[in-house]
Amino acid sequence: MNSDLGPALAVQGVTHRYGSRVALKDVRFEVSEGEIFALLGPNGGGKTTLFRIITTLMRPTSGDAQVFGHSVRDAPHAVRRKIGVVFQQPGLDPKLTVFENMIHHGRLHGMLGGTLRNAADALLAQFGLIDRKKDYVETLSGGLQRRVELAKALLPRPEILFLDEPSTGLDPGARIDFRNELKRLRSETNTTVVLTTHFIEEADHADRVGVIHEGDLVAIGAPDALKKEVGGEVLTIEAGDPESLRAKLEEMFSCEVKSVDGSLRAEMRDAHAAIPKIAEAFPGEVRSITLGKPTLEDVFINKTGKRFIDADEDLPEARKS
Amino acid sequence: MTPYMLCMGTIWQREIVRFVRQRSRIIGAFGQPVLFWLLLGSGFGRNFRYAGGGGEGYLEYFYPGIIAMVVLFTAIFSTFAVVDDRKARFLQGVLAAPVPRSAIVLGQVMGGATLALLQGVLLLIATPLAGVPLNLEAAIASVLVMGLIGFTLTALGLLLAWRIESTQGFHSIMNLLLIPLWLLSGAVFPVAGAHPLIGLVMQVNPLTYGVAALRRTLYLSAPDAVANLPGLWLSVLVMIAFGGVCFSLAVRTAERSEG
Repeated sequence: MNSDLGPALAVQGVTHRYGSRVALKDVRFEVSEGEIFALLGPNGGGKTTLFRIITTLMRPTSGDAQVFGHSVRDAPHAVRRKIGVVFQQPGLDPKLTVFENMIHHGRLHGMLGGTLRNAADALLAQFGLIDRKKDYVETLSGGLQRRVELAKALLPRPEILFLDEPSTGLDPGARIDFRNELKRLRSETNTTVVLTTHFIEEADHADRVGVIHEGDLVAIGAPDALKKEVGGEVLTIEAGDPESLRAKLEEMFSCEVKSVDGSLRAEMRDAHAAIPKIAEAFPGEVRSITLGKPTLEDVFINKTGKRFIDADEDLPEARKS
Repeated sequence: MTPYMLCMGTIWQREIVRFVRQRSRIIGAFGQPVLFWLLLGSGFGRNFRYAGGGGEGYLEYFYPGIIAMVVLFTAIFSTFAVVDDRKARFLQGVLAAPVPRSAIVLGQVMGGATLALLQGVLLLIATPLAGVPLNLEAAIASVLVMGLIGFTLTALGLLLAWRIESTQGFHSIMNLLLIPLWLLSGAVFPVAGAHPLIGLVMQVNPLTYGVAALRRTLYLSAPDAVANLPGLWLSVLVMIAFGGVCFSLAVRTAERSEG
């Protein structure tokens, strides 16, 4: 419906600095209408900064982002009419009931009267919240609050939905529910979804993933395509003396072997065939060999030379905001 | 209804609903000043003589001052709520909605002013105890003035609250700026008889005119008792002008705020 206005989201060379610290470096990408797009990266990598920029809460130091052709820099008001936002920290008023929160939000978006009440009821029913509608939000579990949050964001029928770390604080069951909800939404209303996450398995369910590390967009593409780029299979080897084994393995298979966090990691086409060869050639040196298909974690390691979890710990949460 | 009014209205309504649901806020904004009034007023009793005034006791003199304090505290508590909303990230959701920031600020200010006014009305019940000769006309005029002071002080509070990150930070601003503003407004002691320097500060303090307007409306039927205060219309005009400045500055601050 908006194809004439260009992509749902176009991030155009966004750079952002907090004082001397560079949070985002010339980030560029586009998201098409109807796509589910995940921004994957460790905490503190720049995701939340980018999120605040594309939801019009913060102006980038330089560059621009456009939502259906409207610039967040020059026309934030027009952008706000198109977007629904679910922030990482719940934006509900705990002292109001579920229904009051919905009504309040609807009015901020120019809805009122019976139309608003019916729309709110329909969404609460759809999210299985109708029997909690008169309860104060503070009495709801974290998972239920998230659902109210999503229902609230959908009330004005946004064309694009932005979600910041939607899975944080949800148990695995609730995560799956939430993910299915997003997919249903896309198939029923063609709503574009852009979410940030530091959960690899969550990014796996997106149509496309952008990997952000230390303010750089280091990879972008469909999860499968990104994994294929890494190589056929991944071998992880635990050894008594990883450094000497690394050199020997590189010579033997003439491929790059990376040392990540005390274990060795090699991407090869027929890694499974290499396992017996390694076991025979270096008895006693090898403690264990694991064979795996590449994951988005491997994509991250391949692009940054760091394990995802370590990068996550490098940068304390506090630096995000 | 225009989207602007709708937004302002829903924020206004929320301010009031939240206030009613938080009993500690009612106690803080209303109970505390009333307690002050009764203790201080009866303590000073007849030892206090209003220089140049009639023979009123401190309970009577302090009564309009305590209404001003209730209004001030209500405004402060309303602006605390804004700092809390930012901390709890509630405000983010409001800022990401397609509404002008001025509608948000206006809703917040109207909320604060309404609460101040309602509590002022409650305090009017105590006029016989204070010995203030109140009639209906004076009561209506006083309530309007309370609303005006409430609007101005909430706008002043918001102007600060939209810049401040923590409630602790707001506490120190409150102690350093807002409480002295009230102390030096003629609410606690009259300008006449104060140290000349203090007297000068009191004369340029906008809240002095708010308290003067309140005294003048309370004593509408006995204007002689407040004859040496600034005139009613001058006082009201000063409050409107100061309120307008605070409000536009608060809107500008909100427009620049990144939530």
